[in-house]
Amino acid sequence: MSALHIKKGASKHSAYNLRPNFSDTQERHTITVLVENEPGVLARVIGLFSGRGYNIDSLTVAEVDHTGHLSRITVVTTGTPQVIEQIKAQLGRIVPVHEVTDLTVAGPFVERELAIVKVVGEGEKRVEAMRLADIFRAKVVDTTLNSFIFEITGTPDKIDAFADLMRPLGLTKIARTGVAALLRGE
Amino acid sequence: MTREMTGAKMVVQALKEQGVDTVFGYPGGAVLPIYDEIFQQNDIRHILVRHEQGAVHAAEGYARSTGKPGVVLVTSGPGATNAVTGLTDALLDSIPLVVLTGQVPTFMIGSDAFQEADTVGITRPCTKHNWLVKDTNTLASTIHEAFHVATSGRPGPVLIDVPKDVQFATGTYQPPKPSASHYQPVVKGDMEEITELVAAIETAKRPVFYTGGGVINSGPAASQLLRELVEATGFPITSTLMGLGAYPASGKQWLGMLGMHGLYEANMAMHDCDLMINVGARFDDRITGRIDAFSPKSVKAHIDIDPSSINKVIRVDIPIVGDVGHVLEDILKVWKSRGRKTNTEALAKWQGQIDEWRAVKCLTYEMSETTIKPQYALERLEALTKGRDRYITTEVGQHQMWAAQFLGFEDPNRWMTSGGLGTMGYGTPASIGAQIAHPDALVINVAGEASWLMNMQEMGTATQYRLPVKQFILNNERLGMVRQWQELLHGERYSHSWSEALPDFVKLAEAFGAKGIICKDPKDLDDAIMEMLEYDGPVIFDCLVEKHENCFPMIPSGKAHNEMLLGAAETQGVIQSGGAVLV
Repeated sequence: MSALHIKKGASKHSAYNLRPNFSDTQERHTITVLVENEPGVLARVIGLFSGRGYNIDSLTVAEVDHTGHLSRITVVTTGTPQVIEQIKAQLGRIVPVHEVTDLTVAGPFVERELAIVKVVGEGEKRVEAMRLADIFRAKVVDTTLNSFIFEITGTPDKIDAFADLMRPLGLTKIARTGVAALLRGE
Repeated sequence: MTREMTGAKMVVQALKEQGVDTVFGYPGGAVLPIYDEIFQQNDIRHILVRHEQGAVHAAEGYARSTGKPGVVLVTSGPGATNAVTGLTDALLDSIPLVVLTGQVPTFMIGSDAFQEADTVGITRPCTKHNWLVKDTNTLASTIHEAFHVATSGRPGPVLIDVPKDVQFATGTYQPPKPSASHYQPVVKGDMEEITELVAAIETAKRPVFYTGGGVINSGPAASQLLRELVEATGFPITSTLMGLGAYPASGKQWLGMLGMHGLYEANMAMHDCDLMINVGARFDDRITGRIDAFSPKSVKAHIDIDPSSINKVIRVDIPIVGDVGHVLEDILKVWKSRGRKTNTEALAKWQGQIDEWRAVKCLTYEMSETTIKPQYALERLEALTKGRDRYITTEVGQHQMWAAQFLGFEDPNRWMTSGGLGTMGYGTPASIGAQIAHPDALVINVAGEASWLMNMQEMGTATQYRLPVKQFILNNERLGMVRQWQELLHGERYSHSWSEALPDFVKLAEAFGAKGIICKDPKDLDDAIMEMLEYDGPVIFDCLVEKHENCFPMIPSGKAHNEMLLGAAETQGVIQSGGAVLV
């Protein structure tokens, strides 16, 4: 190595950061993928993850540009740095993919998830659920005499914390959207 | 030029505008409108195969021997599913193909209609991209985009699924607009990285070029640039199975093929080098052997048009994303402008080391007076066809490795073999595709009898189109490579690796309207090969060879490049449990 004096580090001109420091540690990355909204495009992305044995922690998708027919896929994944690099490179190979951004590398970024949470209870538990929801700035979107449905947005951690608190108070069902994320600033 | 026409007519029109002269296909209910249009024109030649898998492999042979995309037309359902093996083969070997499949009419999709299959779903993981066309107005532009995707960047197979009602309906024909596609892979390499590689070239003491199919795919100009760079630097060069012919086998710097059954000098050079320049290869597991012992002392540069190939298997120091031809051109330019420097003193020493390895003569085998050794058969084939305009296809197995070891390739696009997928049954249809593209050339399929039987129906195609393809079958009545692994790994328990109940190949040839030749005596071999070469028509050559010959040299699974087995001695127990799980 030393004999040839090859410098280490990232190459800023390459399409991807091709000189990662490979280690065995598992990292969690939030990646956004801008794709043409054509039939089967989500199947291509999901097929890539299952076919090559990558993890999907969370995945959201919706059309974000109705005239250009572009959708943004936000995928949260876990892997070693080498696997994360492969995931990005493999996503970039998919023909309808326009852009792959690793927010965890490019960051800082904002990430939000929405959940709706059904809590069934009476008396003191019901009051406590309402009080905690207020602290978390969750909105009541449906109520009966012995149940609430709360709507809450925030980071996945915040939603986890809210769900953990609601469980002893009668949480019966929860639906989560998965993460949507964008880079901060311009 | 926009015109109203039916979808079926659009298909033919779009193919014509893409410069297609040949389509390999098989008709069926869901593609009848397109076949009706093919019937009414003479610009595109349709080659009727005997099985859709044969159509795809034939198109691969056509594509690899011409550099142009191969085109396939098959029907829905079984037509499409039969094409899947060929698509996967083309994907792994980066062969540009455009496959058109018929589909049940749009209003019947999802109803489990007759000969309905979810073709785009089934072929999604085995194509570079695929499309289901639901509107005749978008059919022509989709076909043009398909050719663009198949041939740009890292080439690969694409598929267009065309429902029957879309073929019948009338729409507006859109002419090709290549710039319309957002898919525009980077072809120029990063100059900073290229300069870094040139600096490494200038000082390297033990360099080696490790080249692959990417050089062939980049086109003949890339092979020329590679030759120029190799001659000018004096660096030794080895190649993967897929890259044979990019640098001539008669070239002074040629080490021979590397990898599991590669040459000793090539693998040792890879292991001991201090600078490895990977040009359009992908560190396949047949090449690297044990990853953690792979070329431990080298700085590695990797030129590849596909960013996902870089750092996928082997971590490299100088990554260059770009087309091989463009990058080689820039390397030469920069290297020349900096004064054409190399470390000549160290290179001479390195050459001396390589000559020592070469002196091992790793391809030596034991001759026999009474039985034909497969290696001998290929040596004679090589000697008797030397200097001819020759195209070689192979099946998969021992014969394939021996062909790669014993046949020399002087030019690119002359060697068609199933590398990545290892598809038995590839060779016969591929030889047909190559012969269609080069009607006057000598096309030989070097085969094993077991592989050959997998797509032997294509002999009917050869006879129908008077294609003088030579099927050179090294018949050991065994699945030779399977048998070899069972010997090394499974205590010589030869589970189902015999070719029982083989046909009489001479009679089979006659039944197909071809010529059959059988040869079992080494003394008759030359005359028999000459008889095959001189016959103006398809030949099945049944060459009865030694039944228990093993293919050496060999890097056993889980071992490093410098742990090669050179011969039959001491092969017992060489593959340990860690290696045994590997293929």
